[in-house]
Amino acid sequence: MSVDQKVDAGRRQLLLVTSAAGGVGAVAAAVPFVASLTPSERAKAAGAPVEVDISKLGPGQMMTVEWRGKPVWIINRTKEMLESLKKTDGEVSDPNSDKPMQPEYAKNETRSIKPEILVAVGICTHLGCSPSDKFKTGAESGVSPDWAGGFLCPCHGSTFDLAGRVYKSKPAPDNLEIPPHKYLADTKILIGEDGKA
Amino acid sequence: MKKLLSALLFAPLLALASGPELHLDKAPVSTDPAALQNGAKIFVNYCLNCHGASYMRYNRLQEIGLSEQMIKDNLMFTADKIGEPMRIAMQRDEAKVFFGAAPPDLTVISRSRASEFGSGADWLYTYLRSFYRDESRPTGWNNVIFENVGMPHVLYELQGQQVAKVEQKDDGHGNKVKEISLEPGTPGKLSKEEYDKATADLVSYLVWMGEPMAEKRKSIGTGVIAFLGLLFVLSYLLKKNFWKDIH
Amino acid sequence: MTTKSQAVLDWIDARFPLTSTIKGHLTEYYAPKNFNFWYFFGSLALLVLVIQIVTGIFLVMHYKPDASLNASGVPVAFASVEYIMRDVPGGWIIRYMHSTGASAFFIVVYLHMFRGLLYGSYRKPRELIWIFGTLIFLALMAEAFMGYLLPWGQMSFWGAQVIVNLFSAIPVIGPDLSVVIRGDFVVSDATLNRFFSFHVIAVPLILIGLVAAHIVALHEVGSNNPDGVEIKKKKGADGHPLDGIPFHPYYTVKDIVGVVGFLIVFSFIVFFAPEGGGYFLEFNNFIPADPLKTPPHIAPVWYFTPFYSILRAVTYPLLGIDAKFWGVVAMGAAVVIIAFLPWLDRSPVKSIRYKGGLFKAILAVFVVCFFILGYLGVLPPTPGRTLVSQICSVIYFGFFLLMPWYSKIDKCKPEPDRVTG
Repeated sequence: MSVDQKVDAGRRQLLLVTSAAGGVGAVAAAVPFVASLTPSERAKAAGAPVEVDISKLGPGQMMTVEWRGKPVWIINRTKEMLESLKKTDGEVSDPNSDKPMQPEYAKNETRSIKPEILVAVGICTHLGCSPSDKFKTGAESGVSPDWAGGFLCPCHGSTFDLAGRVYKSKPAPDNLEIPPHKYLADTKILIGEDGKA
Repeated sequence: MKKLLSALLFAPLLALASGPELHLDKAPVSTDPAALQNGAKIFVNYCLNCHGASYMRYNRLQEIGLSEQMIKDNLMFTADKIGEPMRIAMQRDEAKVFFGAAPPDLTVISRSRASEFGSGADWLYTYLRSFYRDESRPTGWNNVIFENVGMPHVLYELQGQQVAKVEQKDDGHGNKVKEISLEPGTPGKLSKEEYDKATADLVSYLVWMGEPMAEKRKSIGTGVIAFLGLLFVLSYLLKKNFWKDIH
Repeated sequence: MTTKSQAVLDWIDARFPLTSTIKGHLTEYYAPKNFNFWYFFGSLALLVLVIQIVTGIFLVMHYKPDASLNASGVPVAFASVEYIMRDVPGGWIIRYMHSTGASAFFIVVYLHMFRGLLYGSYRKPRELIWIFGTLIFLALMAEAFMGYLLPWGQMSFWGAQVIVNLFSAIPVIGPDLSVVIRGDFVVSDATLNRFFSFHVIAVPLILIGLVAAHIVALHEVGSNNPDGVEIKKKKGADGHPLDGIPFHPYYTVKDIVGVVGFLIVFSFIVFFAPEGGGYFLEFNNFIPADPLKTPPHIAPVWYFTPFYSILRAVTYPLLGIDAKFWGVVAMGAAVVIIAFLPWLDRSPVKSIRYKGGLFKAILAVFVVCFFILGYLGVLPPTPGRTLVSQICSVIYFGFFLLMPWYSKIDKCKPEPDRVTG
């Protein structure tokens, strides 16, 4: 046996090419394994858009539907409720919804497509609890004497107004998320899809 | 020498080969989208009332060239959402009372029916064309390759009725065996050729549904093996280069 | 090497034998330079072990060991396998790799064992390597058997039913033992869950430990080679065997060729014939387990069939105990007897190259009989086949039990001093 001590240029090149090809192969082999960690067809089917009929949702009423395993609230806000949003403008931390917690078409004062109908994901942006609705105003609400109506998260006390905007100095950092949605008809909402591809 | 020995020893074994023979017709399985779509239509209309295909999601039919809207409008009778599997409404215990056994799930039926006599497709193709009238059965139907089958001939409107001619034959070993030959009786909506084509489409669909990724699997496989072939050449050259030192 | 990385290495080496381990097992492990084709299967067995463990880890993320029926009337375990095949992205590749890997494991291991037979790799001083190897083979059989129950198809169910019932043949404790194994009076959800636990945790741990012991023992005494001569007997001035070469890089680059070659065959099966003609994935296993209906013909998966044939070949009661018990004993003995090879072979030479015609002829007959037993194990029994399998079983045991005699009287050629070519 005689080991050639000189740098063998051919061998080095061959080593590089083979290692590169082997590396490509290893990455390709990892593809199905990584892919298997992503949501399956079953999860996607369960997370498919949900059609909701709101024709029976009267003013001041709220309904909850499930979309991707999360509660989605639909609230038919009364005139008084919409009025209250003007009052809370100064008390919430992101009054103009500058943070991207909603699709473009809901970046307005009422955070909705139709002013009275709010569609929001009922999950607190703090640590994921579901806030409870506190629609009664004032002391009767049990929240605070000057309560304007909104939501209270039971876990850490974050409060949101009737557009899902979080009050200042609360644990939750962001407004409630508005899911992608669109109107299929006047009283029919599709949650989870918004027409844009 | 090993080869010779094994040849000598195996020869008598092959002569011993065994069991009741099953004569199956070769199924003309197609991967043509038109045939698969037609098969899907027949499947949904005739099979999916009693049999489920509970691992097959409706939206997967897009892979045989159907649009989401077409699936929703024409094929989706048992589900509300396109992502749902092909389930059936029938209760299993009720079905057991009707047919004597709960109708099996058909998602992978084409894979389970393969045997030494032919592929699962061959079995299904033969089976669907081998029903005959038999008043002694509760359903009024029997089948040549599946004796006393619980399923009635659901496609009889299309095929019409066949009549069986039973002959007692000698199997060459002194045993009497029943041999059934079928003759056309009342004609159905389709001619024999048309019915054969319809069942071929249905069977093609069942084969596709058994393993929808089969075509994808083969095309990925071709790439993988081509790549490994290249890697083999490279690694062989590398090995030769290193081993030139060894004498 | 830069001084910085050398410093890191020194730091590690002062606390952990990294450099010395790499040297001892790779760069300064001297292997005979004359390994041939048969020597690929050791590294390939390790590769398949890795494939099975990695694919297994990912399958466990989606598989559910649950025999209860889902809303569609399909057992949850069976449905979860189809879920992996259809709904999990890339799931079908992973599952086919695992199911093909099971058969590949046995192909590779059988060839690896046959290599040992050819070149006398079990002879002194490698008896322990061989015993560890036999234990690996036993663990592998347990692993494969329990894994086969998991898809909860007809073959899974009835295969487990038959094999577990074998234990009931043991006198006195047998019937209770089989109930304890199943955890129920029939193969059921309890059985499925404990087999799952054994398949994914217990047996793999044992397997990995045994494989480590197998390799450590091998590197302690050094590899055998096709000439069966000890390369350590002839050392050069540098203290290294004259006929030895460092495992790394020489055998790493060579084994990579073997690995890629194997992967080509493996991929061909995974992508073009995953059912392996009904031998790797049995057709009846696409039917969910039905405890009330046995398929017309059940056979174990191909890798068990030689031993299954030996089991069926025993049809005579003995010492007042029925044939069923002796069949189980024969099957067990057929595996265990392999471990005794180091003491059965009395030939003056190790390798088949220098053994006489007698040994070669008997080995050839043994191999043919093993194939016949395997083939018969797939078929339903008939009186003719049972007779053939009885003859082959006798030859199987004769190969081992008569070895002390025929290996001694065999006319061997003299072993060379150094390895050839």
